[in-house]
Amino acid sequence: MNEILKQLQEAVVVGEPDQARELAAQALEAGIEPLPTIEEALNPGMQIVGDRYESGEYFIPDLVMAAEAMKAAMAVLEPALMARQEQRQVLGTVVIGTVEGDIHEIGKSLVATMLSAAGFQVYDLGVDVPASEFVRLVQETGANVVGLSALLTTTMRNQERVIEALKEANLRAQVRVVVGGAPASADWAQMIGADAYAENANEAVGVVRQLLGV
Amino acid sequence: MAPERWLWENPDPVRDVHRAYVEAGADLILTCTFGGTQVRLERAGLAERVAEVNRRAVEVAREAAGSEVYVAGDIGPLGEFLAPLGRLPYGRAVEIFAEQAAALAEAGVDALYIETMSDLNEVRAAIEGARQAGSGIPIFATLSFDRHGRTNMGVRPGQAAEALQSLGIDAFGANCGATLEMTEGAVAKMHEVAPQVPLVVKPNAGKPHMVGREVVYDATPEDMAEYARRFVSLGAQVVGGCCGSTPAHIAAIAEAVKG
Repeated sequence: MNEILKQLQEAVVVGEPDQARELAAQALEAGIEPLPTIEEALNPGMQIVGDRYESGEYFIPDLVMAAEAMKAAMAVLEPALMARQEQRQVLGTVVIGTVEGDIHEIGKSLVATMLSAAGFQVYDLGVDVPASEFVRLVQETGANVVGLSALLTTTMRNQERVIEALKEANLRAQVRVVVGGAPASADWAQMIGADAYAENANEAVGVVRQLLGV
Repeated sequence: MAPERWLWENPDPVRDVHRAYVEAGADLILTCTFGGTQVRLERAGLAERVAEVNRRAVEVAREAAGSEVYVAGDIGPLGEFLAPLGRLPYGRAVEIFAEQAAALAEAGVDALYIETMSDLNEVRAAIEGARQAGSGIPIFATLSFDRHGRTNMGVRPGQAAEALQSLGIDAFGANCGATLEMTEGAVAKMHEVAPQVPLVVKPNAGKPHMVGREVVYDATPEDMAEYARRFVSLGAQVVGGCCGSTPAHIAAIAEAVKG
């Protein structure tokens, strides 16, 4: 691999946004096209980060900083893509939020960050989101994935309400629904008619990719 | 509805929960203020009512505790990352914790209990805030060990014990946690690093799973009692139960360790 791309990948892996920004600019100056830079340096970098998280070498701060580095590099590459009338391949469109009655933010935001870094278009509704808001945004964006977070045994039932609301709006067939949060599980996902459960932000990326076949 | 709202709108069930644990043999109960910091109350639309929420929670707990049982003011994580990972500056975090701690202290808690922490900087901020406000009230702090024996933020138990020992708080340890085994491993490590420090251990009643449509934690009261004995042998002087721990779990723990 080109030396600049190698270093850029490493900047993502170790989570250095300033270096990543600088190296992305260097890659452009050296005449490397933005799409190969993304596909050969940034995406594999995030893959390594995910693997290290799974193995217990990396923890949440490492994920956050890697995603920041990815974002910093993309901020440099995106204008170059636009100038070429190209775009990074969008893997899918995700509407995500923490369900009504629940104000837990960190886990949901981390999932959104990791999905964005992986190449999904993510619409984050925030926390304490009524079912009707999920329905509205799925309609508006034509999303094909819905992510529902709940951290309390008392609020996880509202994940089911969102699924019901999507059915009532005739949107259920259009979207894959993924649930997460401390009390959720694969059993729970199955019970309420979700398509999958993801235990953490890194797993969420793999689960969504698998559901969409991308 | 935010749990804290119950304190005004429906305090009887909150008091009844406290009372059930007192009757089960608890010597110390925690106020319903896990989300009682300004940043968390803000998300529940209660940002202006920090002092009131925390005062009311202490009153309700005290009504159940009577004069024989201690009431500790519960302080949970802020629910957002501190800088540089997030936007919240350390100094601001200290102020937020100090505000809650002051309200709890003024309402007359016997101790301040900082819990379910993952980030060492956030624990430091909470302790600093508690110190500013607490005027000599004992301070306990526990972290949640959830992944590969470390906190979600990657903090090792030995590293936490070193840092907390150097801060000189009254007691520290582990709570919540992915599994009882993981919490036990963390406690053993903390005891090794800080053998003189009284540890506080308040694990979940095992792991959650579905029974019908209910989430149930899989450790029985007997399991919890057995672990409580082990925690005591590893230097714990305060033991209890976190998520999924019913009054029956607490009764079994009390019987096992109070002998």
